Amino acid sequence: MISTRGLSYQYPGGPLLEFPDVEVAQGSVLILSGASGCGKSTWLALVAGLVAPTSGAVTVADQPLSALKNIATDAWRAKAIGFLPQKLHLSAALTVAQNLALAQWAAGHAENRQQIAEALEALGVGALASRHPSQLSGGQAQRVALARAVLLQPRVVLADEPTASLDDAAAADAVALLLATARRQQATLVIATHDARVAALLAATAAGDNGFQRLSLLAPVLLNA
Amino acid sequence: MKTLFFAWRYLWSRPLGAALNLLLLSLGLGSITFLLLVSYQLDHAFDRDLAGIDVVVGAKGSPMQLILAGVFHIDVPPGNVPLQAIRSLEQHPMVARIIPISLGDSVSGFRIVGTTLAYPAHYQAVLASGRMWDAPMQVVLGASVARTLGLGLGDTFAGSHGLGGGGHMHGDNRYRVVGILQAGGSVLDRLVLTDTASVWKVHEDHGAEDDGKDEPMDAEREITLALVQYRTPMAAMSFPRFVNTTTAMQAAAPALEISRLLRMLGLGTEVLRAFAGVLLLTAGLSVFIALWSAVRERRGDLALLRMLGAPPAKVAALLLWEAVWLGVLASMLGLLLGQAFAAALAWLLQLDHSLLIGGMVWPLELWSVPALALGVALLSALLPAFSAYRISVLELLQSR
Repeated sequence: MISTRGLSYQYPGGPLLEFPDVEVAQGSVLILSGASGCGKSTWLALVAGLVAPTSGAVTVADQPLSALKNIATDAWRAKAIGFLPQKLHLSAALTVAQNLALAQWAAGHAENRQQIAEALEALGVGALASRHPSQLSGGQAQRVALARAVLLQPRVVLADEPTASLDDAAAADAVALLLATARRQQATLVIATHDARVAALLAATAAGDNGFQRLSLLAPVLLNA
Repeated sequence: MKTLFFAWRYLWSRPLGAALNLLLLSLGLGSITFLLLVSYQLDHAFDRDLAGIDVVVGAKGSPMQLILAGVFHIDVPPGNVPLQAIRSLEQHPMVARIIPISLGDSVSGFRIVGTTLAYPAHYQAVLASGRMWDAPMQVVLGASVARTLGLGLGDTFAGSHGLGGGGHMHGDNRYRVVGILQAGGSVLDRLVLTDTASVWKVHEDHGAEDDGKDEPMDAEREITLALVQYRTPMAAMSFPRFVNTTTAMQAAAPALEISRLLRMLGLGTEVLRAFAGVLLLTAGLSVFIALWSAVRERRGDLALLRMLGAPPAKVAALLLWEAVWLGVLASMLGLLLGQAFAAALAWLLQLDHSLLIGGMVWPLELWSVPALALGVALLSALLPAFSAYRISVLELLQSR
């Protein structure tokens, strides 16, 4: 569940970004769309508790973020948020399984090999556990990164441009995989994208379910520019 | 524990760079280890061989030469002195004990030292086998002499004239080995000890046998020098002056000469130390550059760690541990290198039969090497770690 009220963020010496209020029920899907520069990344950062809003309030997975302080925010983010970055950022120095172990380490959890094996298995990449990221295809790497995102069973999954530079078939696969994974975990899924195909794919596959909503961000209002 | 593991993996994700940094650090630390070991061993050797010898009396000449020849057996003596003159010093009220030393011959480069039983007793020498000499032409071998020459009890050998090898052989007067000393780490290890009378006997070319006419012979006899122990520390003030002004001999105080020698050596060590310092500084800079570029290169990965819930301190710690790994590995390698260099030097010196440095030692000062390694590594990691600490996740999200 994600809800925002009167959210805005002021970049030091930069534009003031104001975000429309949004209310996303637990287990449903939000598409965050808009041209680049209109604040998709900032919105993700606000929801992940990485930056504090200039004004307004965010509640994610029943947690009002204003109540959290630094270290507590890190610990909360580890538990509540799964993140699929656009560039995946799998560490080349580590094997696939170690990349997932790195997530457990970052979250301050003890290494849990069974959890890692299960997460990889669920995404059909269990056999690749001992490979290095350089030995993976693009699709395999994305699955591994998604396995890492949902490893700690987060309530919210944030996916940043998951279909960028993918062809139509691969994009459809990626969206379907995201949906299936989020549904299995009963996690709220946020897809930040400027790719129009995502909405169309969601409309086709998610019909009859909780459905999805769209949050279209507009170019920021430049004050005193 | 896991942090150590991940830091290790990250360190070796760029094997060439890591190996080069390791090499640079190890070389710097190795030179420092080497310097520490050699100066420790030298000090130790000087202290050990000098212990209890207050002054050395011998022929006029360079006082340092007298000390080096008489105490450490690494230089030729300035000349001989009449036995009578030394005998008369024995009567001096400030003198507790005199050990005569007669040099002149050697066997395969090891010096044959004519002396009295007081000499091995002074260094608390212990026999490994056999017994001490009780007649001229019987010798007791130092441990490394026996080992190097392969001589055993009952073996005989001829000395050659001069302190190096290759002099005229005294073929008609053969020495017989009656005892072998345990290795004690002192100068005795590389000496062949015998009675003073042996040296006289070998050099009395005309075959003047010791036929009971001791008194007239004594007047002509010479020894090389004498090691003197004072009865009272006060003697240090007046005894050398007494010898230098009233006799044809000179008295040299080892403590004084050795501190002069060490001061001269000190300049060389300072240069080497500065060189090691520059090496270490270079290594530190190189580690800094490597870690700094690692932070730039892995900016995204590090930011992702923050996204995955790692507090900034944890991200910075990852980098610091990487540096610690380097420091630990480098100190192990550096210590090993330094010890190997010192062992090689000891081996070379031993071939030369000069100052004995050797054996693995671990002086307390050596702990400064790992401390230095960690210090340098951590110092060079400080700025990169701080930059990792400050990494903004927003940048990761915005990098398209």
